[in-house]
Amino acid sequence: MRRRKQAIGLITLVVTVLAVYLVFMYAPVPSNVRDLPEVQKILYFHVSAAWIGFLAFFVVFVASILYLKSRDRKWDVLAASSAEIGVVFTTIVLLTGPIWGKAAWNAWWTWDPRLTTTLVLWFIYLAYIVIRNSAEEDEKRARLAAIFGIIGFVDVPIVFMAIRWWRTIHPVVFEAGQVGLTPKMLTTLFVSLIAFTFLYLYYLLLRLDIAKAKLELAGIKEKLRAKF
Amino acid sequence: MKEFLSAVGAIVWKDLKAEFRTKEMISSMLIFAFLVIVIFSFAFDPTAQSVKKILPGVIWVAFIFAGTLGLNRSFLSEQINEAIQGLMLAPVDRAAIYFGKVLGNMIYTSLVEAVALPVFIILFDFSFSGSWLSLILVVVASTFGFVAVGTFLAALASNTRTSEVLLPIILFPVIVPVIIGAVEMTKAIFAGSSLGEVATWLRVVLVYDVVFLVIPFLLFDFLLEA
Amino acid sequence: MDLSLEEGRFLTIFGPNGAGKTTLLKILSLLMPASSGKLVLAGQEVKDDTTALRQKIGVISHHSYLYGNLTARENLRFYGWLYRVSNLEERVEEVIREVGLELFFNDPVRVFSRGMQQRLSIARAILHNPSILFLDEPYTGLDQQAIEILNSVLAGLKNQHRTVVMITHNFEVGLSVSDEIMILNKGEVAFRGRREEVGSLKDFQELYREKVGGRR
Repeated sequence: MRRRKQAIGLITLVVTVLAVYLVFMYAPVPSNVRDLPEVQKILYFHVSAAWIGFLAFFVVFVASILYLKSRDRKWDVLAASSAEIGVVFTTIVLLTGPIWGKAAWNAWWTWDPRLTTTLVLWFIYLAYIVIRNSAEEDEKRARLAAIFGIIGFVDVPIVFMAIRWWRTIHPVVFEAGQVGLTPKMLTTLFVSLIAFTFLYLYYLLLRLDIAKAKLELAGIKEKLRAKF
Repeated sequence: MKEFLSAVGAIVWKDLKAEFRTKEMISSMLIFAFLVIVIFSFAFDPTAQSVKKILPGVIWVAFIFAGTLGLNRSFLSEQINEAIQGLMLAPVDRAAIYFGKVLGNMIYTSLVEAVALPVFIILFDFSFSGSWLSLILVVVASTFGFVAVGTFLAALASNTRTSEVLLPIILFPVIVPVIIGAVEMTKAIFAGSSLGEVATWLRVVLVYDVVFLVIPFLLFDFLLEA
Repeated sequence: MDLSLEEGRFLTIFGPNGAGKTTLLKILSLLMPASSGKLVLAGQEVKDDTTALRQKIGVISHHSYLYGNLTARENLRFYGWLYRVSNLEERVEEVIREVGLELFFNDPVRVFSRGMQQRLSIARAILHNPSILFLDEPYTGLDQQAIEILNSVLAGLKNQHRTVVMITHNFEVGLSVSDEIMILNKGEVAFRGRREEVGSLKDFQELYREKVGGRR
């Protein structure tokens, strides 16, 4: 277990360094970006973070189903850990989006369908974490969170559809036009996605360790209380 | 099936009987819906022409806020003497409890809407040119999605320490599709569009209604564990 | 834990807080599935779908399970529908007389005293003629007079040959109504025997202290 974590940590480091190198040294800036060409580089972090957000919430969804089926605590711990990491990465999406938008279209926020869906997603998984904090007993917390983990994820495609149609009625002033990706840019994006995926895995392992330590501590405290 | 329906009926009867003895909840919901509108008219100039454009949105904000008030109460009565345990002990499918509660909440919310909507239209001196029947259909379809998922999440929230505060936080993000659909359809029908012209939205809302009736139905047993 | 009870017997379970009494009762009354093991109720093995079996069970808890805004009659009628009681109106009047509340038939439960609520709660539990009754700390919050009334109702249940399992902290009443006694400690059966075996209240207190551990 320890070995595996170290190995993943090492791979994460190597791939991340490679990705950073590719982003800043290898990938060209498209010719249609004139002002502040460096800002365009944020694309690689923005898109990768969004991918991790979706991946993390999908893991929450699957782990929630598995928890309700098996009642095995490990699925609950997995769902909780993945949700927290997912919220961190969607926060990155929501922060990098406006930075990019301000530079590219001179507007912080454009209610672009993808960005808006991410915002709603962010709220849904904040709600997930709030539920975890407000349920009292461990078993109940796990159960209620798992139920919401399923409801929330099922909602995501409907949210996306609704927001997309909503935007077609109210056209965006600054169209988030497709930035044509050259093969070099695509390679860079691909490596960034892999780097972020490993980063996610590594964080997940760390977070699971913390959860395990917490459980052990709770067990020790419980034993201690029984003596009084 | 007959047994299931009679259990649903019993729960609706019980909730309506208790509510209409005091009318506490329904009157609070109604007053709250009016207050939202009044606050809005202070926030925006109610005589301005632009108000007509935002009226559908304002109406739905009022409905959703007032509805949430009602949803919050719907599992409170079950908690006072742990009556929910009494229901769980009874030889009925627990999904009947969910459907009963959805129906009850649907009746309260619809009643509030039926009183509030005409008053809103009068208050803002809105000349309504569309079809009332389409409007009713749109309002009912949207309200149902809101109530179906809202009832379920109210049951979830009632199991936690912070139930009343928690419900809006967990409910509002989930009902985003219904709110968008409801506002867009209401806007279009106010402007005289036919149902056919809002078919896309109607489809979104109906899909939402079905999904969030079936999923809670499947998950309700897990929610009610002792 | 291995536990069985003959039909028509009255078993009282004692034990300190956290011994697992409430959990045991929740499993027995089918509110909660057991994590392992086998449960047989009224001659039937409990499987996944417990809906039909719940018809044979009545539960009286220190919570009344009643609705404050409904009258006594409406509360019973509601539960009667859920249990599909036949000749409901007659049966409702029968049980309400049994617990002596016929004068308050049409009053909202909200205005009832704790003792009256508990009596109505008994009526609610026996409405569908269950063959097994579970009593979860039924004496909590009752005054002396209410305890006596509850006792006489419980004695009546015994005469009707219902199987009863009760958990309570009240040694005196617990011993006076039951046929069998059990002490539960840390999830294990620490003692199990007939009422005659434990002798007087004082003897039982001694026994309880010995089985549960002396810390007071």
